[in-house]
Amino acid sequence: MSAEIVHRYEKGDEVARATYPITRESLVRYAGASGDFNAIHYRDDVAASVGLPGVLAHGMLTMGLAVQPVVDWVGDPARIGAYQVRFTRPVVVDPASGATIEVVAKIGALDEEAGTARIDLTVTVDGQTVLGKAQVSVTLP
Amino acid sequence: MPVNPALTDRAFPATGSYLVGREKVREFARAVFSTNPLNFSVEAAQAAGYADVVAPPTFAIVVQELTLSQLLAEEDAGIELTHVVHGEQRFDHSRPIVAGDELTAQLRVTSIKTLGGNAMVVAETSITDAAGEHVATAVSTLVVRGDA
Repeated sequence: MSAEIVHRYEKGDEVARATYPITRESLVRYAGASGDFNAIHYRDDVAASVGLPGVLAHGMLTMGLAVQPVVDWVGDPARIGAYQVRFTRPVVVDPASGATIEVVAKIGALDEEAGTARIDLTVTVDGQTVLGKAQVSVTLP
Repeated sequence: MPVNPALTDRAFPATGSYLVGREKVREFARAVFSTNPLNFSVEAAQAAGYADVVAPPTFAIVVQELTLSQLLAEEDAGIELTHVVHGEQRFDHSRPIVAGDELTAQLRVTSIKTLGGNAMVVAETSITDAAGEHVATAVSTLVVRGDA
């Protein structure tokens, strides 16, 4: 008698989704928490002087918040193995209106026998992708 | 000054120990918009089998940063912070970081590639705990702009 694998997931399944409105305050908070005090993340004059369209969110802030819905989905942080991203488009944070980061997490590849999956994150601001090849290796819950 | 290709052969000293504080974990978790109880509540973390609050997956960047500072401080590196753009980031965790961990980090520059006028520098930081066990490897790809 062979054990039957119960297929609870399929490639392409959406497993988590979240929306994060961020503001300049979010950037100051992340700077303090992470120790990254690069002035392009809080000073318009410095951002302009190096040719940027405005104050940018820390790439690591975007990377950090984008994985949170996946952590919540798998439950135990020990189920997160590897996590990688490419920073493909800067996130400009308007002083008044901020920016809104949207995260959708889907199953990109599945190994149900091993109980593991690659989760692909689509991370967008105003419909434009800001992280490339954003992938999380997880042990399935 | 272009990026020094000899950096890939350089032996960097391990950093001094970084003690992961409970309030630092909570502060970092708030900053990345976590609402996960394991990041904030000692009781919830202990109920899940951890000694103390658990750090979010990207917290390892705080420890890796200590080694990236070593790299930027090398006088002959040819890497100016104002010319550095973060290109890619990767973390491979053996286990989550937990408050109370005493971590040390060891840097290796694994690759330097020149592309157009820019250099792509891959900095790999291995993070171990007080027992010498591997906790995480953090890999940063830094794009060093060759203009200006």
